[in-house]
Amino acid sequence: MTTKAFQRIYTQLEAITKATVSVRAQGVSNDELATVDGRLAQVVKMKGDLVTLQVFEGTEGIPTNAEIIFFGEPPALNVSEDLAGRFFDAYGNPIDGGPAVEGERRQIGGPSVNPYRRKQPSQLIPTGIAGIDLNNTLVSGQKIPFFAGSDQPYNQVMAMVALRADVDKIILGGMGLSNDDYLYFKNEFENAGAMNKIISFVNTTEQPPVERLLIPDMALTAAEYFAVDKNEKVLVLLTDMTLYADALSIVSNRMDQIPSKDSMPGSLYSDLAKIYEKAVQLPTGGSITIIAVTTINDGDITHAIPDNTGYITEGQLYLRHDTDTGKVIIDPFRSLSRLKQLVIGKQTREDHSQVMNTAVRLYADAANAKTKLENGFDLSDYDNRCLDFAKEYSSRLLAIDVNISITEMLDTAWELFGKYYTKAETGIKEALIEKYWKEKEA
Amino acid sequence: MDLNNKTTGIVTGIISNLVTVEVNGPVSQNEICYIYLGETKLMAEVIKVNGKFASVQVYESTRGLKKGDKVEFEGHMLEVTLGPGLLSSNFDGLQNNLATMEGVFLKRGEYTAAIDFEKKWEFTPIAKVNDTVTAADWLGEVKESWLSHKIMVPFSFKGEYKIKNIAAKGTYKVTDTIATLIDASGEETNVTMIQKWPVKVAITAYKEKPRPYRVMETGVRCIDTFNPIAEGGTGFIPGPFGCGKTVLQHAIAKQGEADVIVMAACGERANEVVEIFTEFPELIDPHTGRSLMERTTIICNTSNMPVAAREASVYTAMTICEYYRSMGLRVLLLADSTSRWAQALREMSNRMEELPGADAFPVDLSSTISNFYARAGVVTLNNGNSGAVTFIGTVSPAGGNLKEPVTESTKKAARCFYALSQNRADKKRYPAVDPIDSYSKYLEYPEIIAYLKEKVSNDWVNKVLEAKNLVLRGKEAYEQINILGDDGVPINYHESYWKSELIDFIILQQDAFDKIDATTPFERQEFMLSKVLEVCNTERNFESFEDCTKFYKEVINIFRQMNYSEYKSENFYKYIEQIDKYTGYDN
Repeated sequence: MTTKAFQRIYTQLEAITKATVSVRAQGVSNDELATVDGRLAQVVKMKGDLVTLQVFEGTEGIPTNAEIIFFGEPPALNVSEDLAGRFFDAYGNPIDGGPAVEGERRQIGGPSVNPYRRKQPSQLIPTGIAGIDLNNTLVSGQKIPFFAGSDQPYNQVMAMVALRADVDKIILGGMGLSNDDYLYFKNEFENAGAMNKIISFVNTTEQPPVERLLIPDMALTAAEYFAVDKNEKVLVLLTDMTLYADALSIVSNRMDQIPSKDSMPGSLYSDLAKIYEKAVQLPTGGSITIIAVTTINDGDITHAIPDNTGYITEGQLYLRHDTDTGKVIIDPFRSLSRLKQLVIGKQTREDHSQVMNTAVRLYADAANAKTKLENGFDLSDYDNRCLDFAKEYSSRLLAIDVNISITEMLDTAWELFGKYYTKAETGIKEALIEKYWKEKEA
Repeated sequence: MDLNNKTTGIVTGIISNLVTVEVNGPVSQNEICYIYLGETKLMAEVIKVNGKFASVQVYESTRGLKKGDKVEFEGHMLEVTLGPGLLSSNFDGLQNNLATMEGVFLKRGEYTAAIDFEKKWEFTPIAKVNDTVTAADWLGEVKESWLSHKIMVPFSFKGEYKIKNIAAKGTYKVTDTIATLIDASGEETNVTMIQKWPVKVAITAYKEKPRPYRVMETGVRCIDTFNPIAEGGTGFIPGPFGCGKTVLQHAIAKQGEADVIVMAACGERANEVVEIFTEFPELIDPHTGRSLMERTTIICNTSNMPVAAREASVYTAMTICEYYRSMGLRVLLLADSTSRWAQALREMSNRMEELPGADAFPVDLSSTISNFYARAGVVTLNNGNSGAVTFIGTVSPAGGNLKEPVTESTKKAARCFYALSQNRADKKRYPAVDPIDSYSKYLEYPEIIAYLKEKVSNDWVNKVLEAKNLVLRGKEAYEQINILGDDGVPINYHESYWKSELIDFIILQQDAFDKIDATTPFERQEFMLSKVLEVCNTERNFESFEDCTKFYKEVINIFRQMNYSEYKSENFYKYIEQIDKYTGYDN
């Protein structure tokens, strides 16, 4: 960022904390950007002439006579078709060695879509993964996170889903990505030959955490450009939202705000909602779908971050290591896609809903049988059949390495019902049983 | 108020949406003001005054505001416009009409009129010249879609008035004078079809507020049969995410027995509101056969809309409900979710640096919630008619923990408690309302018991209590079986357990996405419960627990098929026959 004519420059700092500096200044507007000693900062508080700025990189080494230059505008991004195929940092500056992007300058974190102007999401996004397509079908315009332990391959699954999805643009918002993961995404995208439809905004672990706060808004401003202006189907990947929330708590702590649950700021819900609610199906055909990652600690979903996320997003996908089959599966119990009702049985076969529910219910019976087994009780014939069913269901349908069509998934489920259960035990509507039941092969 | 007398001020401080204004005249608590950001006016509300400085919460983003920006105070609190045309509208939390806003994005500072001032209505007078009237008395009526919308003496009128003039039958705009009233001192006032009312003040222009005495049918079995809610009653639905709060609330909105339904989407997902916009016009109200949208009004402040307006949205919704109640209508208010409203209060209290209560919520949270719930109720109007506002709110407890402040405060205020259980949701037992933790205090009201006797059947309440008892015993038996093993307990434990499973699968679980199963009228609920209890009350001697399990599984299967069949259809009778045949078996 270079200095331009007529910029207001101040050199007399009144206060410095770990994340903020305060200065007496005139004509400053709320949310405006500035540089403090060359570091990017944003106005967060004004009291009379005293202006407090949040310095994204932290304030280490800033002197009281540091130069503060006000830009007169909030954070913004130049948008145009040229964004495609490029990698940017949290401020929207290229990090791939290419030239700066020319285009219309748009403030990030802009207004929301009028709910009355939205359209109901209705387009199924197939992924080939039965744990998603069969049990938790994704729909364009949806927002859904993966809840995963930090040891699970969430970035791989997300990259796989993104590359299989039929969309016009994929926008990656990487927050606190390790350099290895950043290179992994870059490689995957390049190998898939899909670079021309991918745009990345990346903050790695080597960069200051507070910078991350700009990533989702940058990614979504680009997404809105393609979805609203160009009527494209855009898929936004945000990883890892837990690290984003951590950055929020750092800032609120340094601003002396009273923390609520799990030392997160009281505004966490609104802060996250502002991001996720950018997911939208527009009447003109464009859409923004958000798939995010929220890493959780030891499966604890009552922590403020996954908890607030769950209340905002339209479902969640749990990754779990299944010890019976040794595979990573999408847990059918806690996973949920709230929008699946809009497409299943409509864009998929009529038996979808009942097959899905029945399989999950039988899988739950298997979980009960397993508890019985662990407690040293005798198993009934039904229990044993449930356990066998569960193993096959897990490896043939729930595992993330499955890649089949939804009709194949349904057929596989019917095959398993016929193999392990009687018709009455499934409790499925008779009309469907008559049409789809598969007798056990001799 | 005279424009020249308006108090004005200038911005002196900004933290997020809390702005400090130095004022040059009198301001009142909760007064509305506008901050000028160039040509754009941002609406704000006074929440604290200290000397010459007023703290105001801005209902919009404060990006770009500067010290020294001009502020103009309006001289009144946040008000809504009440009049014909509210029904079937879609408003934001401040009663701006979302449908008449331009563009895809919500523009800052764009405020649209709640009511169409140009539209003409067919007015028919009810009152006559020289009648003595008081606030909320009916002067006349207009047809608002199917509904007879009463034009009333404005609620703010104090004391008795005499009607000097009243408009003849004819078409008028809402702003036309339809009556001239004279008060005791002889002063004349013109009345139009619209009036304004501050949302935070309850409308109390009625004769009395008796105890609720009727049940509001919802068609949801776990509510109507197990824990019915009274017309004019209050209830709340707390539950972790993913437990089906929204599906349950939408089911109540679709099937609830009410004349007018107001849905306040408070800090929740925009797509849920879109679902209402999209589906309700297509759906049919089971009680009247009209399109559902014809009785529904939506107040929506979704989670990405300005936080400060979230608090206002529930009050706006309640005020509109009270307005329709004054016309002698039965109104149902659904608010999803009141936790988001409480969080909005918390954010503001935090910015004002108030001393926090539990979980950083403001200390007066509990009284704020009870005051709000107290605005629901049945009322007897001055003319002897009655109206009701039934209120059901959802609560989103942090971490699914029901011991958090919002749930606890709400529990004190609401009479029905529908606890959604994570455990039931995990097992896909929907609606996931826990039959044991949930309660309805109305089941203890003698007037409700009498009403149910009349409406359903003489021994209905006893049957309900019996079913509840069976569920409780089944749960105890299940725990014993889990501890001691299938063989470690007497067979009758298995029987107890399976009886509760039968009730669970057939009465409590309901498929909200199946055309037939989604709605169960009281008559069918009566039949189902009686049939299920008949099976439960027949003595059977099973040889082994496996026999017992097999027997009940088969029974459950047939009953389920019955739930999917139209009431009293050929199939329905076929399954009854099957059940009778199968359960007649006795060894």
